[in-house]
This record gives sequence, structure tokens and C-alpha cells, in this order.
Amino acid sequence: MTDATIVLDDNHEAGFGDYFALLKPRVMSLVVFTAFAGLIVAPGGIHPFLGFFAILCIAIGGGASGALNMWYDSDIDMVMKRTKSRPIPSGKVTRGEALGFGLTLSAFSVVMLYLATNWVAAALLAFTIFFYAVVYTMWLKRATPQNIVIGGASGALPPMIGWAAVTGDITLSSVLMFMLIFMWTPPHFWSLALFMNADYDKAKVPMLTVTHGKRSTRNHILVYTILLAGFAAAMFATPLAGWSYLVVAVVMNAAFLRGAVVLWRRNEEEAEADNYKAERAFFKLSLAYTFLHFMALMADKALFAYGIGGPF
Amino acid sequence: MALEARSKMAITKLHDMHTRRRSRNVGLGLALGAFVLLLLGLTVVKVTVLDPSIAAQEAQN
Repeated sequence: MTDATIVLDDNHEAGFGDYFALLKPRVMSLVVFTAFAGLIVAPGGIHPFLGFFAILCIAIGGGASGALNMWYDSDIDMVMKRTKSRPIPSGKVTRGEALGFGLTLSAFSVVMLYLATNWVAAALLAFTIFFYAVVYTMWLKRATPQNIVIGGASGALPPMIGWAAVTGDITLSSVLMFMLIFMWTPPHFWSLALFMNADYDKAKVPMLTVTHGKRSTRNHILVYTILLAGFAAAMFATPLAGWSYLVVAVVMNAAFLRGAVVLWRRNEEEAEADNYKAERAFFKLSLAYTFLHFMALMADKALFAYGIGGPF
Repeated sequence: MALEARSKMAITKLHDMHTRRRSRNVGLGLALGAFVLLLLGLTVVKVTVLDPSIAAQEAQN
């Protein structure tokens, strides 16, 4: 634990926006997008209102786990430049309020998802919240440099929940969507950690860059990117991948692999000389990577519906 | 110190604290209103569209 102290705002009156910020809206947008993709590409269909309701529950559940994370990590958030303006370290919301808010919304979102869809989707959402708030935040984050590798599972589950909301099951296709995000998370976060190292160091979070150094992190990024390309290719074994996915997978994986090789070949002198230009570019590319892969899966589903193309 | 600051505050003067409190109350009100509408929508969908007997009856008509 760090020894930072949170000074409560004199007036201590949180606005609505402060509570909304507890839900980590930026992370929530990724959750919403991938859950929506899982819901769209799932076989069969769902009533549009129920689909909307399910996405809303997944978004709220994901946000609730973010609030629980902010409750537990407020000491870390206090010392990191990137997070010190969050509602708890800035004194707008107390830790107790964040805990109550997170727990209430967690229970609420799981129950409502069950009522709207089925128990498989609800159980997966409950597991996602538990995994992020307990396994990642409480157990892994401060204990091991593999924190984001294992903890990434919680961020990878939303497409499986979206899928389960429609079908009520877990299949190879939904597991591969999970794996696509699961394997993408380490290179995504480690590339960020390469140029935000000081922040994690200050907060005593054992990021790979802090515990094993940047050389080792670059090696890890390359290995995980190669594995990721393998899982992206494995999607062709499912009925989801068509021509759109083929084009995106080939282009994006080639670009991502090239980026990982560039990072692997660079040393710290080169990176510092150009202010981590290649690392920042790789991080941006990683954002486009998941977005385009899931967009392609949805595009293929639409094309199949019009009789254009078909699964490989 | 916070109490002292509040007691000196003129009741007619709008303080930043009031703005934040207002935004919280309005936000909560809207969220609760949205929740009621969502539950209504969910009930309507579950009872009518997804009820097999109603669907069969509609198919007959």
C-alpha cells in the first residue's frame, strides 16, 4: 500500500458527473462495443429492446466493477498522474460511497440481465465483475507483473456475455472472441507502460516494466503479439469469419506484428531520443486492432444475411 | 472548518456546492425515471412479444 492521504473536498458534494466518472466511461465504451459485437454476431436473434437492455446491463456491470476498483485502489490513484483527478483522490466522493455505489450497481446489473435474458449471461457478468474487482484489483495488481495478463480476462468477457445473452450458451466462437481480447490486452497495456513507466513505479504497482525492465517487456510484447495473431487466425475455424474479417485480420495482424518487431528491436536510448514515438504508435494501433476485428465480424454477419460471401 | 464555512454562507447565494447537489439530484431523478421506463418496456416485451400463446394467437389472426 502507498502512504498517500486523501483530503476530502471541503464541501464534499459530488455532482452526478462524479458518480458517472466512477464507472470509468472510457473503459465502459470498449465493454459496450465488444458486448454489442458479441450480441450481433451470435446466431439467431434477440428482440431489439432486450438486446439494448442486455447491453445496458453489461455496461452498468462493467462500470460497477470500475467503481469497486476505484474504491480499492484510491491510494494508488492518489499518486499516479494519470489517475489523481479521479473522484476519490480528488475528494469529491468518499471511499465508502464508491463501495456502496459499486456493490449496488453490480447486484442490480446482474439481476436485471438475468430477468431480461438468461442465467448464463448473468453468471458471466457476475464472474466478470468478481474477476475485475477481486481477482485483478485485490489479488493480482499489487502482487505480480502478470497482473494484466490474467486480469485481462475480465475485459475479454463482454463479447461472450453479449453472445450468451442471445444464445444462452458458450461456444468455440465466443471463446475465440474472448481469446482475441485476452491476448491483445498484454501488448496493449505493456506498450502504454513503456512510456508511462514513472507513474507505475511511483505507485509501486509491479508492472512488467518496473519488475523486469523494459527490455523484457519488449520481448513479452513480441511473444504475445505472435500468439495473438494465431488466435486471430483461429477465428477462421468458426462460422463467423468471412471476407471482411480476412482482409482486416491479414492487414491488422501484419501491421501489429511489424509494430511489435520494431519495439523489440529498439533500445531505451532510441526510444527516449524520439520520446517513445514507436511505442505510442503501437499503442494507438492496438486500439484500432480490436475495433476493426470486431467491426469486420459484424460486417460479415450483415453480408452473410444478404447472401454475400460466407464462412470459410 | 467545513461547518464554519457553511454557516457563514448566505442562503440566497448560489454556491458551487449547490450546483453540484442540484446536478446530482437531477441526474438521480432522470436515472430513476429511465429505470421505470426500462422496466415498463421490459415487461411489455416479455409479456406480449415473447409470450408463445399471444404469438400463436396473433399468427392465427
